Amino acid sequence: MSKPLLQVRDLCIDFVLEDRTIEAVKGASFELGAGETLAIVGESGSGKSVTALALTRLLPVPPAEIKRGEILFDGQNVLTMDASQLRKLRGGRIAYIFQEPSTSLNPVYTVHSQIAEAVRLHRPDVTDVDAEVVRWLDAVGIVDAAKRMHDYPHQLSGGMQQRVMIAMALACQPDILVADEPTTALDVTIQAQIMELLASLKERFGMAVILITHNFGIVSGFASRVLVMYRGKIVEQGTTAEVLRAPKHPYTRALIDCIPQLGSTEKRLKTIDHAELDAA
Amino acid sequence: MITTAPEPIEAAPATPGGRVWRRFRANKIGMVAMAMVIVLAVVAITFFILDRLGIPFPMDPDATNLERKLLPPNAVNWLGTDNLGRDVLSRLLNGAYISLTVGFVAVFVSLFIGVVVGAVAGYIGKWVDNLIMRAVDALMCFPTFFLILTAVALLGPSIFNIIFVIGLVSWTGTARLVRAEFLTLRESSYVQAARALGQRGWKIIFRHILPNAAAPILVTAVLGVPEAILAEAGLSFLGFGVQPPQATWGNIIADGKTYILDAWWLILFPGLAILLAALSFYLTGDALRQAVETRSERQ
Repeated sequence: MSKPLLQVRDLCIDFVLEDRTIEAVKGASFELGAGETLAIVGESGSGKSVTALALTRLLPVPPAEIKRGEILFDGQNVLTMDASQLRKLRGGRIAYIFQEPSTSLNPVYTVHSQIAEAVRLHRPDVTDVDAEVVRWLDAVGIVDAAKRMHDYPHQLSGGMQQRVMIAMALACQPDILVADEPTTALDVTIQAQIMELLASLKERFGMAVILITHNFGIVSGFASRVLVMYRGKIVEQGTTAEVLRAPKHPYTRALIDCIPQLGSTEKRLKTIDHAELDAA
Repeated sequence: MITTAPEPIEAAPATPGGRVWRRFRANKIGMVAMAMVIVLAVVAITFFILDRLGIPFPMDPDATNLERKLLPPNAVNWLGTDNLGRDVLSRLLNGAYISLTVGFVAVFVSLFIGVVVGAVAGYIGKWVDNLIMRAVDALMCFPTFFLILTAVALLGPSIFNIIFVIGLVSWTGTARLVRAEFLTLRESSYVQAARALGQRGWKIIFRHILPNAAAPILVTAVLGVPEAILAEAGLSFLGFGVQPPQATWGNIIADGKTYILDAWWLILFPGLAILLAALSFYLTGDALRQAVETRSERQ
């Protein structure tokens, strides 16, 4: 078997504040093969976004500090890269989509100029940038792309803004797409559309995807492997089917129980009792 | 009952500048003030060109005529003559470009320094920010006008020196403003997104952050023009400004103050000119501030 595209070994990340140190990630290890889909699931503050940002050293230093561990991308150690190597890695090899599409696009530029910027940055050999922009907007399902690309972000709906963000990320042709809660800010029907879009784009372009979410519901149809984080630790990882069917860790079980079931007769939604979990 | 057709609702312009202009246009005082600014600029440029071409209009601002000295406003000299018999109107018009040039260029200098210093402090943060901002605080402790006065006294009162000295001491406010904007904007999602895209630091500063801070910067720039005009008038009045025979609004008043009881027109008209110019810029700046402040406007 060939080497995995991304290897993370014993990653420890601290946030050093004036009066205390917060251990955000405590020894995370995982791998991601080319074209694979991995979901990182966990609640707010479990360290999933911090882990994702650490992959290209996007965390602000200080206060963040990568204390220990190793991140190998394509055999290269990300933690020892210089600024210019990092700039090539960011966007070009590992691209991100963030949670809030309405604020992730710069309000003073048109959609066209923002995607064109991404293309020029990572694919200087592309001569017809306009055509490339249209191509990617088409790919993410923006109707009438040649006209809509001259719109400003505020003229688009939330779902369309997120499509533009995806187009921007894909236009750099990355090996890994990191989607950090890509649907949290969108309403449910749009969520489904965006997840379908991501799945079809993944199929079409074959990049690996890391999906970060707190919602087990959108994981099942999308990711082949799941990694559950709780309080900075990876408490469980395995194939999606395995984890969903037979969760080993009590936290995973609790998290899965929280998914509301259609037709359930229970009046109250389940919540997670942290005290109970810590005692277990 | 008569029903009138509702006024057609104008579609919101898409560009950020277009939206600001639409709100600015609705402000009558602002529009009048801006028209005044434009008129002043046109007058200043026109008379500057006429002067360079050697066409004195309405008459030569430097021609003395002792037989016609200290005349009140009359059919020949609309705004009267000074103690050397020079035409006050010609001198006023000829001096206009000095005031406006000082105003604009000094603001440009202070804007340049203020934006660069503020951007560096705000974007890099940490000890760099601390160092720069404490230096700014220290600089702000000096009374600006006396700083200008001292510097001009040391360097010599040429128009070049005046512009640069005014510019060099008045950037601190801009720097603080730009820093504050950068502190907020550098944490914004689109700056984070640009970083995640692998964009360079200076490109993030100039392409992604600065345009989003443009509105408040533009407002301080416009409001800075009258400050500089007043500073130049003050310097010229004290004799540290542009040297005679070149007329400026400040030194016409300075020359006229000796005759203040006998020749009111020597003080009144240049004084009005300074007032009008400063007021026009202040009101324009104020209207602009109101137009850009509705930031969270959604379509």
